[in-house]
Amino acid sequence: METFPTLIRKDNKPIRYLVVDDSVFARKNVAKMVEAFGGEIVGEAGDGCTAITEYDRTMPDMVLMDITMPQMEGIEAAERIVRSHPDARIVMVSSVGYQENIVAALQKGARHFVQKPVKSEILYEVIKYVMGDDAAVATPAAQES
Amino acid sequence: MKIELIQPFINAADAVLAETLKSPTRIGDVSMEEEVYRRKGIASMVTIKGDIEGRIIFDIDTPTAAKVASYLAGSPMPESEDVARETVCELANMVIGSAITSLNDQGFRFKINPPVVHLDEVGEKSNEDQEALVMCFDTGSGNVFMNIAMRYNRRRRADNRPS
Repeated sequence: METFPTLIRKDNKPIRYLVVDDSVFARKNVAKMVEAFGGEIVGEAGDGCTAITEYDRTMPDMVLMDITMPQMEGIEAAERIVRSHPDARIVMVSSVGYQENIVAALQKGARHFVQKPVKSEILYEVIKYVMGDDAAVATPAAQES
Repeated sequence: MKIELIQPFINAADAVLAETLKSPTRIGDVSMEEEVYRRKGIASMVTIKGDIEGRIIFDIDTPTAAKVASYLAGSPMPESEDVARETVCELANMVIGSAITSLNDQGFRFKINPPVVHLDEVGEKSNEDQEALVMCFDTGSGNVFMNIAMRYNRRRRADNRPS
């Protein structure tokens, strides 16, 4: 896999992620990518309902959320999480990337959208953009500490 | 079956397989299937309802599934039926998601159901209205079969607008 400069939070700690996807492979793949960016997986969920409880339990810095899932779809889960946690950073990760779907997700509070199959360089840039000033590329000194 | 209906699925399968497996794919055998569908390995089916209706089946054997799964997960995966089922469903998800994105942008509206594992040895017989196209994608990891049967249900919205 391509190597990326480590992305860390302002307090020099790893960015904490919740990965939500009904496909175990998709979760593994995304988890591997964010770990390569220097992130930490604090929770995983296979459906929207579990995503909500996992969010409350782990309070991640970022959620990477699939759209088409059993029980509760990603857009509804995103809406519910944002309703309770207005600062939640949720990035939708889905193969269904038509405009109406993206607009619906953004209207419900998602911050960005990444199309599957996920390209690591695109995911990296989206995470960097969504984290904004709350994250930075780690300097060697910060990585040592 | 209109080529404009199936082309997005062919393009999507080609792109998704190439991107996932990090190698080019080649379209092998293509045939119109009038008889019942016969499953070749582990299959998943996605049904579509709306302006376009029909179903797409992805079919893959267990050794190929394990190789594809290893790419999807980013680490080696064992050969097993569970891995194959998960793989074929995730492949179907990505290909169909990409294809319907393209069809939706062309003005078609429909609802897709999540992939389900297709357990029957044979499927429904095709008919005049809905014949099936079977394609084999020859990848570096093995063959992936895609079986598409679709038809127009309604004309797309743009065509219905008064001129």
